[in-house]
Amino acid sequence: MAKITNEDNDRDLIDVTGGWLYGLRDWIDERFPMTEFWEKHVSQYYAPKNFNFWYFFGSIALLMLANQIITGIFLAMNYKPDANEAFASVEYIMRDVNWGWLIRYMHSVGASMFFLVVYLHMFRGVMYGSYKKPRELLWIFGALIYVTLMAEAFMGYLLPWGQMSYWGAQVIISLFGAIPGIGEGLSQWIRGDFNISDITLNRFFALHVVAVPLVLIGLVVFHLIALHEVGSNNPDGVEIKQKKDSNGIPLDGIPFHPYYTMKDVVGVTVFAAIFAAIVFFAPAMGGLFLEPANFEPANALKTPDDIHPLWYFGPFYAILRSIPDKLTGVVTMGGAIVMLFLLPWIDKNPVKSLRYRGMLYRRMVIVFGITFAILGYIGMQLATPFWAQVGQRMAELYFLFFLVSWLYSRERSRNFMVAVFVVVMGLITVLDIIGWDPKEQELKLYSWLIPGLYSAVFILLPAFFPRLNRAEAVPERVTH
Amino acid sequence: MKKLILIAALALVPALASAEEAGMLKADVNLNNTASLQRGAKYFATYCMGCHSAQYVRYNRVGQDLGLSDAQLEAYLMPAGAKPSDTMESAMPAADSEKWFGRTPPDLSLEARSRGSDWIYTYLKSFYVDPKSGTGANNLALPNAAMPNVLWELQGLQKPVYKSAGGAEGGAQVFDHFEQVTQGKLSPEQFDQVAMDLTNFLSYAAEPVQLERVSLGLKVIGFLIVFFLFAFLLKREIWKDVH
Repeated sequence: MAKITNEDNDRDLIDVTGGWLYGLRDWIDERFPMTEFWEKHVSQYYAPKNFNFWYFFGSIALLMLANQIITGIFLAMNYKPDANEAFASVEYIMRDVNWGWLIRYMHSVGASMFFLVVYLHMFRGVMYGSYKKPRELLWIFGALIYVTLMAEAFMGYLLPWGQMSYWGAQVIISLFGAIPGIGEGLSQWIRGDFNISDITLNRFFALHVVAVPLVLIGLVVFHLIALHEVGSNNPDGVEIKQKKDSNGIPLDGIPFHPYYTMKDVVGVTVFAAIFAAIVFFAPAMGGLFLEPANFEPANALKTPDDIHPLWYFGPFYAILRSIPDKLTGVVTMGGAIVMLFLLPWIDKNPVKSLRYRGMLYRRMVIVFGITFAILGYIGMQLATPFWAQVGQRMAELYFLFFLVSWLYSRERSRNFMVAVFVVVMGLITVLDIIGWDPKEQELKLYSWLIPGLYSAVFILLPAFFPRLNRAEAVPERVTH
Repeated sequence: MKKLILIAALALVPALASAEEAGMLKADVNLNNTASLQRGAKYFATYCMGCHSAQYVRYNRVGQDLGLSDAQLEAYLMPAGAKPSDTMESAMPAADSEKWFGRTPPDLSLEARSRGSDWIYTYLKSFYVDPKSGTGANNLALPNAAMPNVLWELQGLQKPVYKSAGGAEGGAQVFDHFEQVTQGKLSPEQFDQVAMDLTNFLSYAAEPVQLERVSLGLKVIGFLIVFFLFAFLLKREIWKDVH
């Protein structure tokens, strides 16, 4: 097939429309940078040609944002933010509003899938070092989007006014109460009442449908502007802008449109099929996306047996619960999120992609993904001593990932590595002694091996076998 | 990297497989069995609605989904004076029921989604004679339930037989089986069917759109599969010159 050029397109346009559409374009362009914008951000935005599977999730996340906004608007047309009517209005949407059930399920499943996609998108960034120079600010905007999304989801979950809505919000807001001095006043200020009440529901509705979405959209725009300023990273971590042809076009770049728009259509179709399968065949996802307890109206006098947030908060909830002291738990959970923001300055290794990092680093990233998944699982279990202890160990691995990432930033001497190992394990042992419980000593001793083994493999081993952590040569150009 | 996706997917599985809980009977819910749903609706109106409402379930929606005419709805389901567009409200005033039972009987519209259909089926079959209880009945699935055994005429009365846990003498007593005390109007098999029909109806009532969404879902996914083929071929065509 002959290559289609812009001139061909223009000629077709003139033939079909007699030129008036062409004229309209020019008329607009003289008054508004329509074509310029399209070219800068789409048709002449050059993206690396070697994107793999993991690069679908950025555009799918954008699609999910659109899905949430559109279905959200239609839900808001029938939902009533009133403690006496909220629960019934959701059932009204599910039963009496035309296609209400579909809109509601698309919104509730959409929330969970949004998080799933964002987690995969973030993990992609970790794997390929997409947070490293010059993409630090791009990563920060992304982390801000994630935090904003958590606030948005948390407030949205109160709106159905079911038992889990009510008690989940009660527990999470009470966390602010752990802050010394201002805590109680702060949580009261957030609720607008001494308990979660109609007042809280009303303000959460306002924040969920107006304030937070505005912030979210703004941050997404900033995220994209920053991305288009520095250009996309790729699985090789090679900067394609460093090798350009005589026209100033990156040799390994292809225009986002039509190449990636078309590729994304394929990815989106597969995703849409999975999404549809959940919406139509298992919208509650076995209690994971819509919890059974939330089909019972909120009742301030009846505490459910088990209060836990939805699965996407699981990892951080598990970290929170792994520490018996409330304030320390809140600080640790906050620290787990702050780590994400600091990542560009923690991992200063010049090699971006894990493809060319040392063998141990590659394993460690995979272990990090598994750690996060296990934390998520623990976050949904009853807080038994066993899960609390495993949760504590997993939380230790979560933070160790960042510590070792910093450690791997450059070559370290053997003595330094050994010293870090001793300090880390010493610290963990001291923490164990502080939290010693004679009833759980066996569990504590055995599980000590989890961070012990981790540190031995990722800190001690490279001290004696540096080649396990030696980076490979990064290619000049992207590979396939 | 594919391993990671697999692991993430596996992490979701335990939550999906948690339906089989200890001591719970398995309800064989089948929403395609319209006759069972119709019987269940009638039993619900006869035995449950005296005290319980299903305030989100509309009579005419039930009629439409279960193939009942307005005349049939009036004959079998609706109390006198109700309109087909009304929801299934109990005639019992909340203040009275609270006085009589200690609490207002819960609305049952969403019982199958909050407690699950297995629980409903188990509950309906777990009433037993308990002279200590004010209503003369108790329930193994919901100890000290305020609800009297309204189906006793059909089922007859039963009492639980316990056995020692682990077979050892003096061990903790655990429930073994029910023993019939008096015969009811129905045989045990017939009564099981009544409990099943009621469970079936409540499962339907908790989400009337269930059958519709599954059939629509098949069409949507079918479309997406066809669309995928065209999208994939077009993508391959456009990407031909990228090396």
